[in-house]
Amino acid sequence: MVTKVGVPEASAKANPAATLSKEEVMRYSRHLIMPEVGMDGQLKLKAAKVLCIGTGGLGAPLGLYLAAAGVGRIGLVDFDVVDSTNLQRQVLFGTSDVGRPKITAAADRLRNLNPDIQIDTFETHLSSENALILKDYDIVVDGTDNFPTRYLVNDACVILGKPNVYGSIFRFEGQITIFGYPDGPCYRCLYPEPPPPGLVPSCAEGGVLGVLPGIVGTIQAAETLKLIIGKGDPLVGRLLLFDALAMKFRELKLRKNPDCPVCGTHPTQTKLIDYAEFCGIRGEEAPVAATNVPEITPRELKTRLDRGDDLYILDVREPHEYQICNLNGHLIPLGELSRRVHELDSSREIVAHCRSGKRSADAVQFLQKAGFRKIWNLKGGILAWSDEVDPAVPKY
Amino acid sequence: MAVKVIIPTPLRVYAGKQESVEVQAKTVAEALAALTGTFGDLKKHLFSDDGRLRSFVNVYVNDEDIRYLQKDQTQVREGDTISIVPSIAGGSRI
Repeated sequence: MVTKVGVPEASAKANPAATLSKEEVMRYSRHLIMPEVGMDGQLKLKAAKVLCIGTGGLGAPLGLYLAAAGVGRIGLVDFDVVDSTNLQRQVLFGTSDVGRPKITAAADRLRNLNPDIQIDTFETHLSSENALILKDYDIVVDGTDNFPTRYLVNDACVILGKPNVYGSIFRFEGQITIFGYPDGPCYRCLYPEPPPPGLVPSCAEGGVLGVLPGIVGTIQAAETLKLIIGKGDPLVGRLLLFDALAMKFRELKLRKNPDCPVCGTHPTQTKLIDYAEFCGIRGEEAPVAATNVPEITPRELKTRLDRGDDLYILDVREPHEYQICNLNGHLIPLGELSRRVHELDSSREIVAHCRSGKRSADAVQFLQKAGFRKIWNLKGGILAWSDEVDPAVPKY
Repeated sequence: MAVKVIIPTPLRVYAGKQESVEVQAKTVAEALAALTGTFGDLKKHLFSDDGRLRSFVNVYVNDEDIRYLQKDQTQVREGDTISIVPSIAGGSRI
């Protein structure tokens, strides 16, 4: 049974004298004239405290619309720095922000949009040690981009009793729901365990349609506003799936798992844990699915090629990547390798490469199992080739 | 029974780039076996070595999670849609 609850009444009561100034009445007039919001709703927004974790693709529309709506206090958590590859979708930032901490650029932008609200900035990596940041807020919105933080945010929200407005994206698909309601499911009810590193591609590897986090983040903002004003049907117990290419929305039912270790009837995990360990990531090592794979560095490869060695370059990227830049390799995308392995001559020395060295490590492992003995992985991929051998090769 | 299996984006590369595949099956287990029979590379992404569905992959029949039905023995009817929904996190390299 899902209880439809808005923001805890404590927030509104803590500031009983909250009114709107003449300028605020003007600014929010389009809200005030709607019965669903009205003065009551706008005052709730003004008293509300929302923590936005991540100011990137999802955080951009989220921050903008919450600030525009007059949410009185917005916390922003991000430790990253704006770089040019962000600008394809992280619309909080402009070209002049490249190199600035995201949190500073985000706060500047939101304060310009709405100088009447309070913006708190946390230029930090959210961790089990500092997760108590969440305590001062009514609602948490998860705009993060990695599994360990998602599990951390989930668990912290359940433990602290905060609703968690969740959104995630991949390429042109998105998922949105609300976790952390007392009667509702949490992230672990849906996914008890994360995928092992390397198994699910990230945006950096899989790409993302720039507008997609814009749509998903805006839906997260809408759900947050609905929770605050206590109107409409929130996405509690409902997983909204969005496919931008088909332009379709689907909905799946999410159930609370009574055996959930964090939010179930008898929780076994009542404290925050080491989430990097939980997700199988140790320290700062880049997770590579295939280990102990024979490698050749870009400089070694260049030396051997210049010497005239007969090396066969196998490129396991996708055709559209080949168009961006290539080493004149023979292109067999990783997904097709098992079907096209007969195109390769195992008597030749083969160097496999991809963009960063991960997919090609998988390819080498596969080919070794298929009996290839003279096979190496280009360490660091074409990115490392650009860094170490030929800077004219564009990085992407 | 002809059922449609919706392939999530991260796994389409292993299913001939298709967004959905029609299979003949009476249960979810049969449908997934038919799917991985045709697309062998999908198997390791959906199932761990001991043959169980991976815990970061959820399967729905229409809008219901099979974990709350009869799991992989959930029966499917003509025209049902099976959705495979893996966890996605977007973003970073981790």
